[in-house]
Amino acid sequence: MWSLSNIATSIDQWLNETFNPTLALIIEMLIAGVAVIGLFAMLGLILVIMERKVSAWIQIRLGPNRVGPKGMFQSLADTLKLLVKEGMTPGGADKLLFNVAPFVAMIVAMLLMAPIAFAKDFQLWDLNIGVLYITAVSSISVISILMAGWASNNKYSLLGAMRSGAQIVSYELSAGLAILAIVVLTGSLRISDIINAQADGWWIFKGHIPAIISFIIFIIAVTAETNRAPFDMAEAESELTAGFHTEYSGMKFALFFLAEYVNVFIVCAIGATLFLGGWMPFHIGNWEAFNHVMDYIPSSIWFFGKTFFLIFLIMWFRWTFPRLRIDQLLNLEWKYLLPISMFNLLLVTVIAILGWHF
Amino acid sequence: MFEEVGTTTEGDLIINVGPQHPATHGVLHLVITLNGETIKNVEPHLGYIHRSIEKMCESLTYRQFIYVTSRMDYLSAHINNHACAMCVEKGMQIEIPARAQVIRVLMDELTRIASHELWWGAMAMDLGAFTPFFHAFRERESINDIMEETCGARLTMNYMVPGGVMHDLHPNFQKRVKDFIQLYKSKIHEYDEMVTGNIIFQNRMKGVGIISPEDVLSYGCTGPVARGSGVSSDVRKLYPYEIYDKLQFDEVLETGCDSFARYMVRIREMQQSIRIIEQLIDNIPEGDFQAKTKAVLKLPKGEFYTKAETARGELGVYIVSEGGTTPYRIKFRSPGFSNLSALNHLVKGGKIGDLIAAMGTLDLVIPDIDR
Repeated sequence: MWSLSNIATSIDQWLNETFNPTLALIIEMLIAGVAVIGLFAMLGLILVIMERKVSAWIQIRLGPNRVGPKGMFQSLADTLKLLVKEGMTPGGADKLLFNVAPFVAMIVAMLLMAPIAFAKDFQLWDLNIGVLYITAVSSISVISILMAGWASNNKYSLLGAMRSGAQIVSYELSAGLAILAIVVLTGSLRISDIINAQADGWWIFKGHIPAIISFIIFIIAVTAETNRAPFDMAEAESELTAGFHTEYSGMKFALFFLAEYVNVFIVCAIGATLFLGGWMPFHIGNWEAFNHVMDYIPSSIWFFGKTFFLIFLIMWFRWTFPRLRIDQLLNLEWKYLLPISMFNLLLVTVIAILGWHF
Repeated sequence: MFEEVGTTTEGDLIINVGPQHPATHGVLHLVITLNGETIKNVEPHLGYIHRSIEKMCESLTYRQFIYVTSRMDYLSAHINNHACAMCVEKGMQIEIPARAQVIRVLMDELTRIASHELWWGAMAMDLGAFTPFFHAFRERESINDIMEETCGARLTMNYMVPGGVMHDLHPNFQKRVKDFIQLYKSKIHEYDEMVTGNIIFQNRMKGVGIISPEDVLSYGCTGPVARGSGVSSDVRKLYPYEIYDKLQFDEVLETGCDSFARYMVRIREMQQSIRIIEQLIDNIPEGDFQAKTKAVLKLPKGEFYTKAETARGELGVYIVSEGGTTPYRIKFRSPGFSNLSALNHLVKGGKIGDLIAAMGTLDLVIPDIDR
């Protein structure tokens, strides 16, 4: 049957037959790097057009419909526009930090791609601490925002960056604890183990109450971590015009924009992997016949389907909710989400030890 | 009554919001002194779109100057015209035909709904929710269509003239208004689902931007801002003009004194306006739409003052006449100006996000403030 892992395996075999192992490995790494960058660009294009279409649908508008069939090439046109715009650096800005910040945001987003399993046996790096790696690396992204805000020599940017610092650092705790609930159920930090543990049902069903609680907390926390509405305090266009990226123009702005969208994709991919089984088809216990039918749908479709469902959820939030105030945002995290997720972690541990899950 | 201007100390952040800022609803310039995210002082600076409308009016005849006032509070253009026309009629002692009175009230109430619709969308947008803005425009659009058919303009209408209205209603008018009422009633629940009932929205609005009834009076706030603090200020009830005293409607009063109370006043006021329109739409009397007047009006020597309830509050028109064809002096008492003066009082000590929320509930239209 056609699958991404078959293609990957045949490329690997051909390279190893043609070149010596070291050279083959180097070529494979290059291919992987180019693939990540290509996926990055593709995601940027797709998610921008998707956001515009989703918002248009919610707002009873048509949305982009002029460039290409049904406006499909709109994001290509946007990219072209951003490419030819002048990338300005404001006077009095810290030039080095100002120009490096968008790249830091990009690099963090790219690093996060490594442990994600896009399909069955199709993963860049199945390291044994995959989940830990993701939580650790994702926390670097706040540095890029702080750098951008501080170096811009703009008070709106500074306020936005400070808000973002407070926000991302706080919400990471809840997101981490929500992730930990699934780690406790699985007993492993390795992404492939977590997915294989869901072969007889996804964790959100198998882990019942605590899994649902941690799923909800996870969705709220990652929405905040990616600076999306209703938690877009860092940008807050009605208060701070554009927050930390007020001074960024052209491609430098686009890199932040791209990093934000890729981050949304990544957190949704992680959410899909942990709670909805990643590439694992919809299986129910030991209903062999039903599970076998489900297996006919390619694993990559399962993965991207679930991920885009979560992305749609996060976009839906953005276009319907008003924005919180910064103190309410921190209250929500420290007074509600964190205690609940701590309690939930206790609950899930008890359930895992007593084996009260399916 | 005047608070001391906040003193700036080391570490305070001075931020300029506006004149080109998405939340200032025009070209308002606010100088905000911040301590972290907390507001120490807000100073509104005006003058960016000053067009000396009052001075212009002195060189225009009594028929002409009314057109200029559509450009003041452009969301209540009809009601501005109405107030001016009433002031001239008071001076000339013109009797208005019954049909014209009903048409004027219908137009005023449609304008009020359109204005509150736009405010509702803009208010939600100030709080970061973009979608309500588009939903509000869907309803507002059908009012604009009615206006366009009636008087040829969608924003700066010039329909009210001294003596009545400029020309008769379009034959489609009644049907279109009834369609609009149907549309409005089928959509109003969406507003509550999307915004009013939203927990984030309520948290942002409740207890924010509090102004006591005493302060309402001392700042001279009118309209929904006053009524949100339980101060009765509806000109239509207190000093009825045209046929308002014969109509069944309630003055909407809320006692919350906060942003949410002001929000609810406007939401409920829209329903009262619908109620007024429903009473009138099937009972438009036949007859003239304009009283017979001379081509060039001359007001007798003296001072004349009338007021009307615009969507933002009390609009006063004060004319000093020397007996000529143009006014000697004109002064408008605009609702937005007094409401804006309370802004610093409303937001001091709150967060910068509260500034945007509280400013949104004042429903500022800058040309109304900065004439």
